[in-house]
Amino acid sequence: MFGFAIRRLFQALIVMFVVALLAFTMFRFVGDPVNQMVGVETSIAEREALRQRLGLNDPMPVQFARFVAGAVKFDFGTSYQFRQPVADLFAKRLPATLELSFMSALFALLTGIPMGVYAGLNRESWLSKIFLSVSLIGVSLPTFFIGILLIFLFSVTLQWLPSFGRGEVVDLGWWSTGLLTVSGWKAIILPAVTLGLYQMTLIMRLIRAEMLEVIRTDYIKFARARGLPDRIVNLRHALKNTLVPVITITGLQLGAIIAFATITETVFQWPGMGLMFLQAVQNVDIPIMSAYLLMTAFIFVTVNFIVDILYYVIDPRLRIGRP
Amino acid sequence: MSLLDISNLTVEFPGRKSTFVAVEGVSLALEPGKVLGVVGESGAGKSTVGNAVIGLLQEPGRIANGEIRLDGERIDQLDKKAIRKIRGRRIGMIFQDPLTSLDPLQTVEAQLVETIRTHLPMSHSEALTRAIELLDSVGIPDPADRIGQYPHQFSGGMRQRVVIALALCAEPELVIADEPTTALDVSIQAQILDLMKALCVERNVGMLVITHDMGVIAEICDHVAVMYRGNLVEYGETAQVLGAPEHAYTKSLISAVPRADVTIDRFPNVNYIEAAATPTRSIDISTHWLGKARDYEAATGPLLQVQDLSMDFEVKSSIFPSRRKYFKAVKTVSFDIQPGETFGLVGESGSGKSTIARLITGLYHPSGGTVHFAGTELTSLSSRSQVLAMRRQMQMIFQDPYSSLNGRMRVKDIVAEPIKFHKLASSNTEVRQIVDDLLDHVGLGIGAGEKFPHEFSGGQRQRISIARALATRPRFLVCDEPTSALDVSIQAQILNLLKDLQQELGLTMLFISHDLAVIRQMCNRIGVMRHGELCEVADSDALYEAPQHAYTKELLTLMPSMDLLAKIA
Amino acid sequence: MTGTGSNTPAPKQSRLKAFFDSDIFHAFLRSRTTVVAAFGTLIFFLVAFLAPWIAPHDPFDLASISIMDSQMPPVWMEYADPRFLLGTDDQGRDILSGIFYGLRISLIVGFCSVFAAAILGITLGLVAGYMGGRVDAVIMRVADVQLTFPAILIALLIDGAARGVFGNLDREVFSFWILIFSLALSFWVQYARTVRGSTMVEKNKEYVQAARVIGLPAPIIMVRHILPNVMGPVLVIATINLALAIVTEATLSFLGVGMPPTQPSLGTLISIGNNYLYSGEWWIAIFPGLALALLVLNVNLLGDWLRDALNPKLR
Repeated sequence: MFGFAIRRLFQALIVMFVVALLAFTMFRFVGDPVNQMVGVETSIAEREALRQRLGLNDPMPVQFARFVAGAVKFDFGTSYQFRQPVADLFAKRLPATLELSFMSALFALLTGIPMGVYAGLNRESWLSKIFLSVSLIGVSLPTFFIGILLIFLFSVTLQWLPSFGRGEVVDLGWWSTGLLTVSGWKAIILPAVTLGLYQMTLIMRLIRAEMLEVIRTDYIKFARARGLPDRIVNLRHALKNTLVPVITITGLQLGAIIAFATITETVFQWPGMGLMFLQAVQNVDIPIMSAYLLMTAFIFVTVNFIVDILYYVIDPRLRIGRP
Repeated sequence: MSLLDISNLTVEFPGRKSTFVAVEGVSLALEPGKVLGVVGESGAGKSTVGNAVIGLLQEPGRIANGEIRLDGERIDQLDKKAIRKIRGRRIGMIFQDPLTSLDPLQTVEAQLVETIRTHLPMSHSEALTRAIELLDSVGIPDPADRIGQYPHQFSGGMRQRVVIALALCAEPELVIADEPTTALDVSIQAQILDLMKALCVERNVGMLVITHDMGVIAEICDHVAVMYRGNLVEYGETAQVLGAPEHAYTKSLISAVPRADVTIDRFPNVNYIEAAATPTRSIDISTHWLGKARDYEAATGPLLQVQDLSMDFEVKSSIFPSRRKYFKAVKTVSFDIQPGETFGLVGESGSGKSTIARLITGLYHPSGGTVHFAGTELTSLSSRSQVLAMRRQMQMIFQDPYSSLNGRMRVKDIVAEPIKFHKLASSNTEVRQIVDDLLDHVGLGIGAGEKFPHEFSGGQRQRISIARALATRPRFLVCDEPTSALDVSIQAQILNLLKDLQQELGLTMLFISHDLAVIRQMCNRIGVMRHGELCEVADSDALYEAPQHAYTKELLTLMPSMDLLAKIA
Repeated sequence: MTGTGSNTPAPKQSRLKAFFDSDIFHAFLRSRTTVVAAFGTLIFFLVAFLAPWIAPHDPFDLASISIMDSQMPPVWMEYADPRFLLGTDDQGRDILSGIFYGLRISLIVGFCSVFAAAILGITLGLVAGYMGGRVDAVIMRVADVQLTFPAILIALLIDGAARGVFGNLDREVFSFWILIFSLALSFWVQYARTVRGSTMVEKNKEYVQAARVIGLPAPIIMVRHILPNVMGPVLVIATINLALAIVTEATLSFLGVGMPPTQPSLGTLISIGNNYLYSGEWWIAIFPGLALALLVLNVNLLGDWLRDALNPKLR
């Protein structure tokens, strides 16, 4: 177990290293940092002084080391557009994105898993066919268009729910939450459903496909031939064997939610990291882009690491060697 | 009233174009404590009979006619719930592949206990006690310790014992075993068959054994039913059916079974199922393109010399050389093959025999030792043209007729590819002529070249493989289990074909098989392999009459006895 | 099964006839939704291809556009103009014609990026799977790192970086190529992983070993023997990827980093219309959105069916 975790941790570190290298390359070479920081009237000598002060003339490995050391301390430089430290900007917006992602992940898991299990076991029933059709539409509708449709229906036409913002936010000092007010809850419904719908359909389709495959295996046939009741065969044997691939993909998808939040946040003007990232892409605000890359990579790698450990817990073939 | 009574059973699989009748009008009866064998080749419908009894016919199959009675009670018309009460409780089932029959994520204990408690009113601890007793009775040592382990911690033979224990959980009256030993090595097969027979008598259980293997039938069955294309062609006591078969199909089937106790020159022609096309043009080998294989320099001494050959596979990689782990598949093996002879390698799975074939043909690079072909050391060849010249003289025929041909190419292109690549013919017209001759010569008839491989049966595909191997005009042929995926009557045809070709073309062969009987019929000299080592090399007859090495003796005694079989040959 | 494929030569059958007689074609006909989806996809392709000839107006012809016609509703509503079936946008361009032309751009971007991603992914996957060892390790580590990120994020990042690098160049010319480039780089991993997986299976099959025993060199074995046998899954991925690429392009355009308003794709049209949603001019966003959703749904239905039809495990 310990060796396994260490090995995975090592791989995760390699991924983070590569991503850091990419982020650094972007940070350093896409556009000239000095040009972005000073006005047109700055003299060449002043630019050179700034360059020297920022350490842009040092050897590359030194610059990279400084970049990594800064990133570890949440120092990602200063935003070109806002002229503020990137870390502060993110800190203000992180709670909004995490709350949105959490709610939509919850929605996706709580609806996707039962639907997938049902559709896998009752392949021919009409309810499964409805689930499948709905899921196909869910996969086909682009996230932003789902958002627009929901806004058009519930905000513009019915005027039940707000179409933008987080509603009333309670500031807890280190965290600002919208989940303590009625308007906050109202505001999160549409974005969370929009964001979660795609993940839900993916999870549902995946579980269904895995179930269909597992119930064809010899050990399921043998379990039926032993006369075990359907409930035991389906839940104890079939579902558990589908878990390994399902957990992997679900883990990846939960990571993806953070990235897809970019789109949802744009549609609903949700004041999170994604919205800021998108503005950064439009305005070529490189420090924010590279910091966002590092942060999302960190979240993904953490999720993947947890998934790998879960894998290990579920599958005895990894855990216990042959005698 | 018998334990199991099948009368006039017909099973159909409705299809798009027509309804496929898998089993037609089959009637069988089985008594408690007896073993009934159902034998037949692929497509005979034997597995369908077993699945029909236990109510697990694959969609869209259905019982179209007939009755199945268990202890006089009809069970073919029961609803889902009622048949489930019979499954496991009154009828146990044993599947072919022990490696896939057990849920990999549950311990053996969990699987046994849940099955026992489903059928018998027992508490968890009572069920556990019973589970341990069951494991003990199927011959698993230290059952109390091992019951908590997962399936992957057991070897193949041990897993099949667990499967048997699972089938016996609720003291069923009837056990259906579908090819119970096909996936096992011969020494383990003997143990499992003994165990099944003993349990059957001890517990007064009736057993229905479905198999393609006459050896299994001869070993444990009291009665035997021979099936052919969905029909029951012969049914009676085992000694009677095997010793004095009446139906033409049974006769041809028995005559095609290779035997380890006698050497025969050729197998009798068996064409009850699938006749090979007789070549339409007889080819004069001495003038034909094919016969030009003889223009190689005659080898002085052995054609192939294998010296201290070893192969290690890395099973655990590590950046530190000291922590890498290796599996020694072949350990310093040496042997010679003389021009014109057939040398056999026999051994169980994992003995390294196929690895040797791949080392000789250059598919693997040896970890140590040398291979000399016609006096040249193969690994020392440096230029690509030298390597190709050697490749051309040495070809290989593989085991699996389904994966050994590229399904996306026409047969004529498959056979033409080596000729074109090695530029062995001067024009496309000549290539086409040679390909036609080759396909005709191996018994595929004219017009075979235009088709794709999936349009052929397993035996025909093996003929295509042979034609492809001959297309480089080799003088040395490596046959790696060329018939072990084939039905026995087809096997006889292919073995005959190989023998004929060898004589006509003066080929030297390395013939690899796990089947002692096949090896005896094909080879002049034989090497016995075990765990990567060559135990014994001897002339064919000497090896069977007077084996020297203890392992060879063991293998020969474990062979199913064929004494019951009629000597039709 | 014994007895199949007898020695009598089969009656000459044309390939086309064999196809119409095949199980896969019958399965196709039996699935009514799939037939409808195939038909729908075909219509979309035709409309996109023929847009310059069948569109009622030319949205790029500044002379024919009048600001006087702006924000007209669809014909079945009040104050509509019969010239504009689905109404007009903020600049007086006909929505229906806009959709036709937008479809054209969306499909061109989709096809080009799928094609580029497939070529890159298949090549790397074949090489990684067949060669194994270090080559494989390097290619697959890169793929793993990239797979940690969703395609949309990669496309956004590449797009952003490319803007930084080409910042001063003509955006209208480069948008298209930057888009293809970023989509191809986001989607190649799937092809590479699938092809590598199948290649590793095929590589150990005996027909490949037979080819090696014949002496064929690795490139010939890869292209002539392995490639045709791994194309089935690639076809499925390419179909599903086409849908995904169209959605991703639309999303990027919607977010303002894809096709510019002067060459609007469906995503750009929705993005323009989104600004007018609250003031009641819903048709500017909703109609292009529905066209996009229908196109993607049809392609997805085809891909879904193809995946099941080509998967022997589900027979």
